[in-house]
Amino acid sequence: MEEKIKINPALQKTPVAEQPPLVRNRNFEEVCLGYTEEEAKAEAARCLNCKNHPCTEGCPVNVKIPEFIALIAKGDFEAAYQKITETNALPAVCGRVCPQERQCESKCVRGIKGEPVAIGRLERFAADWHRANGKKAETAAAQNVKGKVAVIGSGPSGLACAGDLAANGYQVTVFEALHTAGGVLSYGIPEFRLPKAIVAEEIDALKAKGVTFELNTIIGRTITIDGLFEEGYKAVFVGSGAGLPSFMGIEGETLNGVYSANEFLTRVNLMKAYLRDYETPIIRHKNVVVVGGGNVAMDAARSAMRLGADNVYIVYRRGEEELPARKEEIHHAKEEQIDFRLLTNPVKILGDENGKVTGVECVRMELGEPDASGRRSPTEIKGSNFVIDADAVIMSIGTSPNPLIRTTTEGLQTNKRGCLIVKEDDGVTTTREGVFAGGDAVTGAATVILAMGAGKKAAKAIDDYLK
Amino acid sequence: MNDLYNKNQILKKTPLTPQVDQMDIYAPAIAKAAKPGQFIIFRTNEKGERIPLTIADTDPNTGSVTIVFQKIGAGTMALGDLNEGDCLLDFAGPLGVPSELPEAGRVAVIGGGLGCAIAYPQAKALNQRGVSVDLIAGFRTKEIIFWEDRMKNVCENLMITTDDGSYGFNGFVTQALEENIKNGADYALVIAIGPVPMMKAVSALTKQYGIKTIVSMNTIMIDGTGMCGGCRLTVGGQTKFACVDGPDFDGHLVDFDEVIRRNRNYTDNEKAAMRRREEHCRLLAEK
Repeated sequence: MEEKIKINPALQKTPVAEQPPLVRNRNFEEVCLGYTEEEAKAEAARCLNCKNHPCTEGCPVNVKIPEFIALIAKGDFEAAYQKITETNALPAVCGRVCPQERQCESKCVRGIKGEPVAIGRLERFAADWHRANGKKAETAAAQNVKGKVAVIGSGPSGLACAGDLAANGYQVTVFEALHTAGGVLSYGIPEFRLPKAIVAEEIDALKAKGVTFELNTIIGRTITIDGLFEEGYKAVFVGSGAGLPSFMGIEGETLNGVYSANEFLTRVNLMKAYLRDYETPIIRHKNVVVVGGGNVAMDAARSAMRLGADNVYIVYRRGEEELPARKEEIHHAKEEQIDFRLLTNPVKILGDENGKVTGVECVRMELGEPDASGRRSPTEIKGSNFVIDADAVIMSIGTSPNPLIRTTTEGLQTNKRGCLIVKEDDGVTTTREGVFAGGDAVTGAATVILAMGAGKKAAKAIDDYLK
Repeated sequence: MNDLYNKNQILKKTPLTPQVDQMDIYAPAIAKAAKPGQFIIFRTNEKGERIPLTIADTDPNTGSVTIVFQKIGAGTMALGDLNEGDCLLDFAGPLGVPSELPEAGRVAVIGGGLGCAIAYPQAKALNQRGVSVDLIAGFRTKEIIFWEDRMKNVCENLMITTDDGSYGFNGFVTQALEENIKNGADYALVIAIGPVPMMKAVSALTKQYGIKTIVSMNTIMIDGTGMCGGCRLTVGGQTKFACVDGPDFDGHLVDFDEVIRRNRNYTDNEKAAMRRREEHCRLLAEK
């Protein structure tokens, strides 16, 4: 019998519990505490379950959003989780880190008047409910009969690709250069936004499906792609990400106290420098300038604050509207007393006689007309230079793909930016026979969900190739 | 797998001096792939740092990778605490670009202290391909000399120097090198591996004589794959990453003073880690 859910007419999202800003900005515990069952049902009842499902179109992996939300509204939380996992292997991750306001939630009809349905929070709720109450995945569901496939990199694209291939009966080995699997989910995104226990559980779930993980294995060095083929792998997926940090090329970037966001976040997240009993050295700087306006910049700034800084600045050359980070991260960062210095660009990093950072000379910027990409390009206001006192600078202005694989593999072509070239029609077939690629290694730095979407596409393409 | 040993197992541990140990580690994939100049990164335990060490030797037949390390910080001391049969938690590599070695001519390979262990594979590879190698191995004093016989076997002339004159040539490696040059050694290349001030001094000397010089830069790094950028240094005015662009660089172009300064970034943290370790050892001793 179909139980009729009464639509919740509230114009705002059901509020979600969070740690108070001035408490959480001194600890690394998760910021958002997630919905209770009652809150989730109330929020789910805001969904109109409209016919043409624009939200699903807005999702890079086309999660069946109205369907899973209807199941939450009914209180069948496990079924909701199962519905999500039909197309998304990592709901606990995506519910937390997807830029929903630019994807599913941007298409929500409820968003025309009021706030859209809190799809991200509901996805997270279903995944967390399953983690706490659901059944563990059955072990070794598929019998590995279809041949060996190598997946390079254990980040979002690699995990998504490995999951789909294993479910389809392939014998999958994931190669990871670091000592912990997860890629950016492990080394980049901080604990307070994505608890590492969740990442570990997702990886355990893949192991239960029969996926093997080879850690500490650097493809291109420990073994090459040619070596993998010699070892009997029938196809290779390259999901090696975009890990190489960019610097601005301004004076003072090699001073002590200047870090790439990658270095800073890797020390904190992967190497657990925020925990006193870990040996990883980290300097607890007092005045920190973070250059950049993306999610990584927000993560670095909020981590620096949690390590005990007095002042943390986000220095970004464009304005508020142009900040590329998720809205929620910007909101959280501001609540946590991160000081946003927008329309500001560093021109020089200042140091003392010992080569330690003492400040950042900046210049104010103004926005011109929109350029070809539609973004308004910033230009310097002459003579507006000023100094921000700082003992650390964290450069978070982007990353590019690591050259290790392209320089050690014949026939694998890349573009000017070092991104792997793929066939236009499927977006995952590289210029080398039997080698597929996806995620940041192809697109340059992007999002977790886009990388997962590419990993899934590649799994399909590999299956077609090996059939 | 019919492996006789476990992954990253210590096959053999040889104390070379009170501060320096040699370990042969079971890592067949690395032993097979490694070339002179490359390095590994190890961790002994979950809470430890990732520490890079240049590979001192390999045996692809037995799957053994030799490392030589000085027990100087908390991480290397923890490694020194392990014994034959124990396993390292992580052992990743080979990392870095292999050294570009000439096919002919005369080459001076210079090792300083612990650097001798890293200069050894270069000399060995050069010697095997028929290049004349003068190996200059510098130590502070007689007591800390190691691998004398081993080094003798991979070169034409082995010259051991001691700063205090207690053994071999009395003086620094730079003095020995200059003496050879003045005596007519026409080096096509000098390879210098050791403490940064030594590599700086060698490079300054060879620049005067116009001899191409390669140095091996062991800067602070985390991942060793190009990800953190912590290992960056300035070479000929350009920013390079020691882990993926090196560790070998043209000694005449490296900004050594900057490397020395950057390598001091975590000195306070390292001292604190040593205090914690000493405290821990003291508590254990009291128990």
